[in-house]
Amino acid sequence: MPDLRRATLLLAAGLLAASALSAASLGAPILSTPASGTPALGGPALSAPTLGGSAPAAGPRLGRPATPAGIAAIDISIGADGAGLPKGSGSVAEGRVSFAARCLACHGEAGLGPDGGAVADRLTGGVGTIASPRPIRSVASYWPYAPPLFDYIRRAMPLDSPQSLSDDEVYGLVAYLLSVDGIVGRNARLDAKSLPRVAMPNRGGFVELIPRQFDGNLDRTIRDR
Amino acid sequence: MARTTGNGGEDERVAGGGLLHRRAFLATGALSMGALGTIARGGTPPASMAAPGGPLSGYGARASASDTIQRRLPARIDFPGTGSSRTPLDRLEGTITPNGLHFERHHNGIPDIDPLAHDVLVHGLVQRPLVFRYEDLLRYPMESRILFLECSGNSGALNAVKPAQVDAGRLNGLLSCAEWTGVRLSTLLDEAGLLPEARWVQAEGADASGHVRSIPLDLCLDDALIALFQNGEPIRPEQGFPMRLFLPGIEGNASVKWLRRLKLMAKPAYSREETSKYSDLLRDGRAELFSLRMGVKSVILKPSLGLDLRGPGYQEISGLAWTGRGRIRSVEVSADGGKSWAEAALTEPVLSKALTRFRIPWQWDGGPATLMSRATDETGATQPLRADWLAKYAPGQGYHNNSIQSWHVDAAGRVSHIYA
Ligand code: HEC
Repeated sequence: MPDLRRATLLLAAGLLAASALSAASLGAPILSTPASGTPALGGPALSAPTLGGSAPAAGPRLGRPATPAGIAAIDISIGADGAGLPKGSGSVAEGRVSFAARCLACHGEAGLGPDGGAVADRLTGGVGTIASPRPIRSVASYWPYAPPLFDYIRRAMPLDSPQSLSDDEVYGLVAYLLSVDGIVGRNARLDAKSLPRVAMPNRGGFVELIPRQFDGNLDRTIRDR
Repeated sequence: MARTTGNGGEDERVAGGGLLHRRAFLATGALSMGALGTIARGGTPPASMAAPGGPLSGYGARASASDTIQRRLPARIDFPGTGSSRTPLDRLEGTITPNGLHFERHHNGIPDIDPLAHDVLVHGLVQRPLVFRYEDLLRYPMESRILFLECSGNSGALNAVKPAQVDAGRLNGLLSCAEWTGVRLSTLLDEAGLLPEARWVQAEGADASGHVRSIPLDLCLDDALIALFQNGEPIRPEQGFPMRLFLPGIEGNASVKWLRRLKLMAKPAYSREETSKYSDLLRDGRAELFSLRMGVKSVILKPSLGLDLRGPGYQEISGLAWTGRGRIRSVEVSADGGKSWAEAALTEPVLSKALTRFRIPWQWDGGPATLMSRATDETGATQPLRADWLAKYAPGQGYHNNSIQSWHVDAAGRVSHIYA
């Protein structure tokens, strides 16, 4: 065991030596303490919480405290309930303009994907088809919650230039896309208050596998019968 | 290798279609293979012995004759950053996937990350939000495990109406097995200190898709790793350099690459990758969410499409089996389309949540045959029939297909994909 660890450290040392020149980049913004030099061993002396499952190996406790401002800068995630939605707003009309400029080439006319003459995923249409023999999955027909649409567009779209949209533009795009199927009205304007209240058509269409230990496979179902 | 027999006689037959006892091996097959080699030819020494060979090198390359072993790339690429390449399982042996052939699935390209500028944030429902630099993690106690990784979209082509005539790598190559070394995720969570309401961990990557998944805390406190090394060397950029989450036995999409953030939450975020995708639509229109565990599964790789038989007589049937629930208990093989089955030999060691190689000798009589494999795991779960699997899910639902697969061998020895 000591031999294994030694080998790992040597390997790591070789790797680090090779990139020593980039040490200038060390002052990562989320740290509240300067990141140069050897991190202090020990860390804050708070009692360890109780964990379920197998006991974790005790680590050297090299984590550094993160500042609230640092966390806010890196945490871009939005909860299904809208937690984390930013200030700002956008309307269907504004979103229609952004969509034509930034999305239409890939997602097609009105976000219809292949049916709109494009190659990327279909975003609209198909509402009411999910339980039919030919289900058509789109954001409108399938997604259970509206805030994750804001989350996804802001973090990942447009594909060729992710994280380049302003929050107002994202609200507008969400409003426009949801208006195509009448999920929001033609004159709707969405913001952090109204977006979580949007009722998605397929909200009740999901089964969670928590009681089955996240195992939905048929082999397990048959075995447990 | 306990027994050899000259002809695979009747006493060795254990099931229809010429399947032999798993310990029966023939010596004659090996001899005929070597008959055209240099030694048998005699005469002048081979060129490799008549002049000095190549020089030392800093990083080795494989034999040029092996260069044809490549990841299977898609026939059509609409957007270069998003899509998958597959491990050519049918061209490999043993159980370990070489790093350069490990399948890829990216949602917006492979980021180029400076390890010394990379850190990972643990925050949310914790007592102390903490930042861990890459360098810091290298100083933590490490753990190494040989583990499979499978995309839950693997083998999705099995729900096509007609069997796709593609090789085993294209069908099943969103699958790999490697030795992963890293730090237990629970060690870092322990250091940050969980608040009692914490039930889920949101993991996020530093790539251009900001790939993000909500993962049940139980899985994170169990055997989850932050992997830093893959088969002994720092993990490849395609696999998340400098670090990735690794959830043993769980669908690959949740083992977030280029890991940069872990947020403890009371509820899942229901983000795009856990609702729109990676949810399993059922016949009745409802969809299963967080179907994370990979079921028991096996595939025959030898013979398989593209690896035709060279003539009747002794053959070895071999393939891979795995399960997200632990160890493989047994693999049965049929050579008569499922009418009779014989137990294959499992190559040791049979590891938990790793690929297991199975082998069984076969005396092929030269007639048409249908080969199938059926694995059972340590919980007693057995692979379902394709028809039963299809009956559960909506048309077009391709995730988690672990149904029994079949290859057809015709009288000329040609192998094709069939539904049996
Ligand atoms: C260069 C082509 C391209 C552009 C431009 C583009 N997208 Fe996309 N979009 C894609 C691709 C490809 C995917 C699938 C990504 C993946 O998961 O691999 C996608 C996925 C999506 C999804 C998820 C769909 C689902 O059902 O899960 C949404 C929503 C989306 N895009 C919205 C937008 C919006 C809004 C814009 C404009 C701001 C946009 N996209 C611009 C190519 C594009």
